[in-house]
Amino acid sequence: MRIKAQLAMVMNLDKCIGCHTCSVTCKHAWTNRRGVEYAWFNNVETKPGVGYPKRWEDQEHWRGGWALRGSRLELKAGGRLAKLLTIFHNPNLPTVDDYYDPWSYDYETLAAAPPSRHQPTARPRSVLTGDAMQPAWGPNWEDDLAGATVTGPQDPDLVGVEVAFEYERTFQLYLPRICNHCLNPACVASCPSGAMYKREEDGIVLTDQQACRGWRFCVSGCPYKKPYFNWSSGKAEKCLFCYPRVEAGQPTVCAESCVGRIRYLGVVLYDADGVPDAAAAPVGELVARQRALFLDPADPRIAAQAEEAGVPPAWIAAARRSPVYRLAVRWEVALPLHPEFRTLPMVWYVPPLSPLAGDSPGTVLPDTAAMRIPLAYLANLLAAGDPSPVRRALERLVAVRRLMRRLTTGEPSEASSDLPPDELEELYRLLALAKHSERFVVPPAHKETAADLFTLRGTAGLDSEGGVGGWGAAPSPPRRP
Amino acid sequence: MSLTGQFLWVILPYLALSIFVLGHLYRYGFSQYTWTARSSEFLEKRQLRWASQLFHYGIIFVFLGHVLGLLVPAAWTGALGVSERLYQEQALLLGGVAGLLAVVGIVWFNWRRWSVARLRRNSSLGDYLAIALLLLVIALGIYNTLLYPLSHHGPYNYRATIAPWLRGFLTGRPDAALMVHVPATFQLHLLAAFLLFALWPFTRLVHLWSLPLAYLRRRYILYRGLPPEAR
Repeated sequence: MRIKAQLAMVMNLDKCIGCHTCSVTCKHAWTNRRGVEYAWFNNVETKPGVGYPKRWEDQEHWRGGWALRGSRLELKAGGRLAKLLTIFHNPNLPTVDDYYDPWSYDYETLAAAPPSRHQPTARPRSVLTGDAMQPAWGPNWEDDLAGATVTGPQDPDLVGVEVAFEYERTFQLYLPRICNHCLNPACVASCPSGAMYKREEDGIVLTDQQACRGWRFCVSGCPYKKPYFNWSSGKAEKCLFCYPRVEAGQPTVCAESCVGRIRYLGVVLYDADGVPDAAAAPVGELVARQRALFLDPADPRIAAQAEEAGVPPAWIAAARRSPVYRLAVRWEVALPLHPEFRTLPMVWYVPPLSPLAGDSPGTVLPDTAAMRIPLAYLANLLAAGDPSPVRRALERLVAVRRLMRRLTTGEPSEASSDLPPDELEELYRLLALAKHSERFVVPPAHKETAADLFTLRGTAGLDSEGGVGGWGAAPSPPRRP
Repeated sequence: MSLTGQFLWVILPYLALSIFVLGHLYRYGFSQYTWTARSSEFLEKRQLRWASQLFHYGIIFVFLGHVLGLLVPAAWTGALGVSERLYQEQALLLGGVAGLLAVVGIVWFNWRRWSVARLRRNSSLGDYLAIALLLLVIALGIYNTLLYPLSHHGPYNYRATIAPWLRGFLTGRPDAALMVHVPATFQLHLLAAFLLFALWPFTRLVHLWSLPLAYLRRRYILYRGLPPEAR
């Protein structure tokens, strides 16, 4: 056994209101630059829909993540030799049009236009060419099911799910996505240059901007399409899990700014030697095997072994208070996004409850048997098609509501849960009331001696020329042809 | 020996070689962030698919052909039983095919870069120069291989002049006299190549040195730890 610590996140989809504050604060922090205008390290999708980039979940098309060859795990796009043979043209690389053609507006015209009979307008112009354009696809083009009658049926998660795209009968949920900082990252495995790596101490996956040679296999290798190609610098960039913030004990920008307080950050301990086996588990066991990888930090033997393996005591203490461990392992209400991609993502999701389908007068609480969001759809999203772990999570969420309704109104409650009332109440407190310090248990990294901090003042991580931080230049306005 | 000959076939090639070596060392040492293939596949993929593969596979075989034709002395291939006629025929056939692949690829590259607005507006001078010079060098090479023999009653025997000059140049004993009477189109092919090599370290062409062969033997998942003093 080789114990490692990992910073992980849980997002409670039951509470996401789709406001995009996470996306906007992230963009202002990290991708407000030339070459990554199109890139959203954090984005929020309305499901059902094709998402960003279009149909990213369809690995028969994009060939991201891992696949089983017999019992052996191999990159779905092919192994090392296959990579080198396609190095002159990566057949699985999306183009900018699969995300969207980034544009800005001619704001100068509003101030500089000569007097005329008509109001001057700010026309949209492509950032790539400077030419006037008519945007036909963009970020959140499907927001709140906009155009869902067209794009909704193309959602890859709809396999085997009957869905009506009529106003009164349809459903929606929001899916915020960041890099999953996987335990078995396909992007790292796909990088021929060895520029992508997992940090030993906290598991954050980063791209070494100095070592990246722009071969682009991380972009195609990641099944979540979360590494982005900076078309201006010719290098790959990705979500940094805001490491300059978490090293100081602060939550990531997306988590800090979340209006609905849906995000939880914490440390989990796991067995690094067990990763390959868990990643190669049979389809039906994926969720259980990935969950079984996490070790119980309250177990003194685990704690002793972790300390021996070099995990600092403060981190083990943080792991004991980890909201991620409680939600994902102890109460099993959080699930990994597309575990069938076999990368072992470290951002897990609490599935959303939804109103009852059809007319159910007098019913106050949701019933997992007749929810508006089909169980099969959530299962395709969060459990490789297996409805049982999703149903279990939803039943516990309903049990929390039943209990709290009984405690608040005094009404008798008919159904019981497999969790005792005190645990349900604890779960309720974490989901509904938890303060900043309970939602974000991020131990500081104490890197004060790791580098010459004097020379690093004002830097932020992506701090090459034109990058983020004190040395970064302002993004250039779109050029005129 | 004329001063011009000395300049063109001794001073100029060594100057180009010096810039080539020192330029690479400088850029590798001081500007890792700019060391990339600067791929444009993300902006235009449909044409690149064909142009890039034609060019790259073509140029690899063209390079191997140059090694065989210039660095291996004629006497060695002769000792192996390869007659001059057989050598010339295979050079024409294999070299011609590889050269044609490369020339189609590089013409397509140039056309693509100028015709696709997304590329035209986002290309550096180095991007344009690299593919323009490659086109010039390859076009002259194709002329020398395929067209020169037609108008001059057979191929030019560069293995008696250019090849020994190159071997002398690379081993520090350059003999400009070997090059003075070489046909003009062959001379131009070399002079254009000198310019290409001198510009090489300052363009995207540096990605040649980053061919990731180490990937074939690497483990998939990489970890990086903190420096020892920070643990």
